[in-house]
Amino acid sequence: MEQFHQTFFEESFEGLDAMESNLLELQSGNSDPEVINTIFRAAHSIKGGSATFGFNEVAKFTHVLETLLNEMREGQRAATPQAVNLLLESVDVLREMLTAVRGKQPIDTAQANATQQQLEILLDSAAAPVTSSSTLKASTSAAGWQIRFRPKPHLFMSGNDPLRILRELGQLGEMHIDVDYSALPGFNNFDTETSYLGWLLLLTTPRSKEEITEVFAWVEEDADLTIEPLAAQPLETVARQGGDRRVSDERRAAGVESTSIRVDISKVDMLINMVGELVINQNILQQIGEHFETNKLDLLQRALGDLARNTRELQESVMRIRMLPINVAFNRFPRLVHDVSQKLSKKIELKMSGEGTELDKTVLEKIVDPLVHLVRNSMDHGIETPEIRRTLGKPETGTLLLSACHKGGNIVIEISDDGAGLNKAKIVKKAVERGLIKATDHLSDDQIHELIFLPGFSTVEQVSDLSGRGVGMDVVRKNISSLGGSVEIRSESGKGSRFTIRLPLTLAIVDGQSAAVGNEFYIVPLVSIIVSTQVKSGQVSLVAGRGEVFHFRDEYLPVLRLHELFGAKPRDRDIHAGLLVIVEGDGKRAGLFVDELLGQQQVVIKSLETNYKRVEGVSGATILGDGAVALILDIPGLIRIAHQRQVA
Amino acid sequence: MEAVATKQNSGDTASIVTTTGLMQYLTFSLGQEDYGVDILRVQEIRGWHQVTRVPNAPAHMLGVLNLRGTIVPIIDMRMRFHLEKVEYNPVTVIIVLSIQTPKGTRVFGIVVDSVSDVLDVTSKDIKATPDFGTTVNTDFISGLATVSERMVMLLDIDKLLSADELAQVNAAAAA
Repeated sequence: MEQFHQTFFEESFEGLDAMESNLLELQSGNSDPEVINTIFRAAHSIKGGSATFGFNEVAKFTHVLETLLNEMREGQRAATPQAVNLLLESVDVLREMLTAVRGKQPIDTAQANATQQQLEILLDSAAAPVTSSSTLKASTSAAGWQIRFRPKPHLFMSGNDPLRILRELGQLGEMHIDVDYSALPGFNNFDTETSYLGWLLLLTTPRSKEEITEVFAWVEEDADLTIEPLAAQPLETVARQGGDRRVSDERRAAGVESTSIRVDISKVDMLINMVGELVINQNILQQIGEHFETNKLDLLQRALGDLARNTRELQESVMRIRMLPINVAFNRFPRLVHDVSQKLSKKIELKMSGEGTELDKTVLEKIVDPLVHLVRNSMDHGIETPEIRRTLGKPETGTLLLSACHKGGNIVIEISDDGAGLNKAKIVKKAVERGLIKATDHLSDDQIHELIFLPGFSTVEQVSDLSGRGVGMDVVRKNISSLGGSVEIRSESGKGSRFTIRLPLTLAIVDGQSAAVGNEFYIVPLVSIIVSTQVKSGQVSLVAGRGEVFHFRDEYLPVLRLHELFGAKPRDRDIHAGLLVIVEGDGKRAGLFVDELLGQQQVVIKSLETNYKRVEGVSGATILGDGAVALILDIPGLIRIAHQRQVA
Repeated sequence: MEAVATKQNSGDTASIVTTTGLMQYLTFSLGQEDYGVDILRVQEIRGWHQVTRVPNAPAHMLGVLNLRGTIVPIIDMRMRFHLEKVEYNPVTVIIVLSIQTPKGTRVFGIVVDSVSDVLDVTSKDIKATPDFGTTVNTDFISGLATVSERMVMLLDIDKLLSADELAQVNAAAAA
């Protein structure tokens, strides 16, 4: 059975995503019956699957959900905003339950039960097909009782029949019954004269507690019985769920990186085609090789050319298997924007474009957190409240634009809003307070914007429920640069701001420039190179007699001699003889001194850690055309070393 | 058909052999000394090939090599055992071993002077390593076996290489 679990979870999480996006459609007033049908179908498959695999809590919960959805589907009940919100909450609960089950963790039943109860209350409340105002509210205030009734095993001996009691209770009002049959023994040990069952009864009735107790009068001594008012509980849970939401959000954001991948069948077909071609290619080459004569050289060259092309295409296709549309990351934002804008009482419209843009699965999974952070920031700090927007002459509804596209070998993701833009004066003030800059420093706009990426800039002041949860912009930048990408800001006061994230399409291949140090070769990732230059006399000076600095565009950069750092023998120690490569990583720059730069090439990244360990200043290794290994430089790491040295 | 039968036969004997405690060791030499490693750990034997140096690694860690797409670290056993260094020549070989570490299986290559033969050793042939006190570390020698008047030191390769790493970590911590 275990082998199907993975598929079940994948499908269920997909189903939940579908439910979520369709519920949001429903919320925004789309009354297409297909929308509610899709939601219902998703819930139905999750119920079926979880029951099959024995995840009974999930099945039970989904059953209630499904019943409610069914009523909506059949038009017996209107999809009120409250109801949809409750359904969205249920989706969250389900997602957490499934995550717990997948991780073989205990399910947080308290949360599930609370939401389930609310669903039941909603169900019990008279179905209102007309566009009623507040079904939910009406039902929560309706008095009812939650009764736990578990007869002792010897109940039947006293001549009592629990069925009679249940029937009698049923006459008092609308009742929902859950049977607890966990005590039921195997068939062999089953004793027909022993009572094994217990019940959880949710009774909606105006009757008093005394009247309920009276029904149980005969069995009180032969059973465990608790009777609690129902109405109070939902309120309590609502309050608690407000707090819990954040936890669930974080848990979702932390999301396990899944290890399997679902691939479009057409991609697989393409691969098979290519491998077929490769086999033909190999046959041709073999034939040429068997009886080789010099006049076949032409043929050989052509076949080798084909081989090269096929291999390259095959490589690209294999890479493409790891590619997923960015939609996978984007599709959580409608919900996020919906929730957050409600909380902030702002009107925000989310527009997305380029959702089909594909990028590597690993990159995709790692970019989600920074994106969420940026989107939250835009909503929290960027877009103003409707009142302010009106006075500024802007439309009340702010626009948040998420877009993705391919540019060169990169994917570019933009998050822009038409809000207030970055408050330069405030940023400068804060940076001065934090000692990041001096009050006398003159900074360009871009330099001011850059300040928010500095570690230690994120302040307590910023912390609210939404952003500033201890994750500053510096972490955003760090995450992005750990993926080999960069992030930039453009902002105009009063008009809005735009964050541009550039990422490599894949983590497996990097554009690199080979650099020679003595007789060794290293790969410098192209993204981190700003410029390379031959040092003219006077451009490099000594600081305190040891640290070298290079004067570059109004900046003094520490010089990093790669041969010293790596203990290699350079061709020439004279700084004027070699090249200085100005590199940037984590927003800091340094000059890297090497003997010479060689060709540019795409290299496949291999891990050094698989069989060895992390090496400082090296991010990985690659295999060159001649089969030799070359190490890829970890530029941010090297710059860190350089700056540490400068300080020391 | 016949071939299949023999194959099955030999397969059977192999399983019997292992149950009687017979182990096979690949022996190699370092100067005057003979060593043996459990043959099941040996992935392949290949000729010496220029490696890529890894910066700031211990001296016996020669560098890394491309083994059909995997990056494999190469260790010089002479340097590891503090023997005198020799020039690499055509019989210098790399034995590629897979070792078990707490983090899973790793592949390492060791450079040795030459590979000799495969040794069948029963458990009663293996003698305990004498205790040299603290002067000689014998932790990674699992025992001594005598074969035609030669003494072969049987290496516990897991211990040898993980002890190696530990030493590196300690050195890094001390630095």
